[in-house]
Amino acid sequence: MFAKYKSMGLSHKKNMVGYAFISPFLLGFFLFFLRPLIQSIIFSFNDLTVTPEGLQYEFIGWEHYSYSFLVDPEFRQILIQSIVDMLTNVPIIIIFSFFAATLLNQSFKGRFLARAIFFLPVILASGIIGQIEQNDAILQMMKNPADDAANLGLMTFDIEDLLRNSRVPPQFAEYVILAIDRIYQVINDSGVQILIFLAGLQSIPSSLFEAAKVEGATAWEGFWKITFPMVSPLILVNMIYSIIDSFTKSDNELMEFIHNKAFVLANFGYASALSWIYMGVIVGMLIVIGLFYRKRVFYHE
Amino acid sequence: MSDIKTRLHHMFRWHRINAFFWNFMRSVLVIGICFLILYPLFIKTTTAFMEERDMYDVTVTNIPKHLTLSNFRLAFMLMDYGRAFLNSVLLSTMVSVLQLASCTLTAYGFARYKFPGRDLMFGLVILVLIVPPQTISIPMFMSFRYFNPLGFLSTGFRGINLLDSLWPYAFIAATAMGLKNGLYIYIIRQVFRGMPKSLEESAFVDGAGHFKIFYKIMLPGAIPIMTTTFLFSFVWQWTDGFYAGVLLKSLVILPKSLGSLSRALGMWLGRELGTQMVISPALTSQVNNAGTLIMVLPLLVIYLFAQKSFVESIDRSGIVG
Repeated sequence: MFAKYKSMGLSHKKNMVGYAFISPFLLGFFLFFLRPLIQSIIFSFNDLTVTPEGLQYEFIGWEHYSYSFLVDPEFRQILIQSIVDMLTNVPIIIIFSFFAATLLNQSFKGRFLARAIFFLPVILASGIIGQIEQNDAILQMMKNPADDAANLGLMTFDIEDLLRNSRVPPQFAEYVILAIDRIYQVINDSGVQILIFLAGLQSIPSSLFEAAKVEGATAWEGFWKITFPMVSPLILVNMIYSIIDSFTKSDNELMEFIHNKAFVLANFGYASALSWIYMGVIVGMLIVIGLFYRKRVFYHE
Repeated sequence: MSDIKTRLHHMFRWHRINAFFWNFMRSVLVIGICFLILYPLFIKTTTAFMEERDMYDVTVTNIPKHLTLSNFRLAFMLMDYGRAFLNSVLLSTMVSVLQLASCTLTAYGFARYKFPGRDLMFGLVILVLIVPPQTISIPMFMSFRYFNPLGFLSTGFRGINLLDSLWPYAFIAATAMGLKNGLYIYIIRQVFRGMPKSLEESAFVDGAGHFKIFYKIMLPGAIPIMTTTFLFSFVWQWTDGFYAGVLLKSLVILPKSLGSLSRALGMWLGRELGTQMVISPALTSQVNNAGTLIMVLPLLVIYLFAQKSFVESIDRSGIVG
């Protein structure tokens, strides 16, 4: 009886210590996250005007939401465009970063340098720098070797021809062409994903490969039967990261549109409604992907 | 016997050709990708050192004919670089130190304690990670414009204007709500989770308190991942234009002054030449490039020295588990 009481006291104390450790997060969550989050829901149902006395609310119900879909000439188009962009970019990013991580995981001369360079976009394309680069037409023209008809452009053109005339399904060919055209953007967006895959590849015990080799498996089989299943949970992690990254990036066109509505046109209510629609779409997509993926992942544990 | 020998010989040769082929393919790929990554940096550097007329000269490809530092001088002046640089150093250092502290504590709590509601609360971390800062940026702007944490208690008080200062950043960072903090918590938690329980238990038996165990025993093992987190948050804060756009107006920091550089250039040219003219896009691009370079240069220096911490420690962090 006494022992039970004592242990309860101990675990109670331990709980309190646990809460104490996460208290910075909890405090921030309620003060600087939940409160703005609820406020932004309220905003989205109101017409807001800034007056000298502070904010004036006028409740208008679902009007912002219906306006965005039924009246606003731009929003629907930009929303669909950004979702399509995301759906095309994310698979390319995943495939590329997996491929790059496999490359960097092998040992070859200059691997250290190659790693340093592959990871450079995390710095060089982040935040305002990427934004400036995107908006600079001259730089876009000069820096993208794929657009330069004099040299590499010709090559992508050749590849496009080759793909179109080969027997692969046309949709697939178009997708590959698209991927080639976007390679620069894809590389820029893949830094963290490469790291995550690299970490996964290095955590695979080499004994697995040795055993497979003894059993007579080829490198190709080893890749599909060992490497791929072992890193498959990370594909989900990277997919989620890429989706979130692509829609929280500040050079995202829809985000710019919303930001413009809020801070240039001071239409806070409408902007809040738009960002909630966008977030709803993204969360829906994440849930679908999560459910779809859950059944297909191999977990090592 | 000799048959086997020749066959072995063949196999060996085939193997070598194969290996050579793969090596070659790999080099081509790696070099190609490196080229794609470095080429824009190269272009930015060369155009930033050119005079404007070189941009229109078709015989100039990449290597400038007329070297000049004037683009850098312009960028330096129009960005208010000295002041912006100091403010950025102060801001990024403060934010990354505070974020590191708050995220490490939170991650440790989630990793090593099992309290009621833990999984639900970790779900909140994921929620913070998923909700884009843009969604809450408007109310956040409002709440710092009329800052009043006890808003429900005092109705007459209109609150303090904290915009245009470093206070909002400090509050957000100290409570693990900053840029990508959910990601940091997640990564650091994975490391703490991987540490053996026996370490903790033996220290506990020896009479060490909870905080002492954290500080003396667990923390040293997490130094590599903490270094990585610190560097990431420093770099991302350094280049972040989003919070700067919401929270700051007249306080200059580098991402803000780079973002408005082309506008500043237009205004300056208008003043100097006395006319409202269209600025050539070439010059704008050159000055932007120079500005970008002087902004990332400190980061490149850090990266050069800390590359190992950036790349290698995530490899070992067990982010996977």
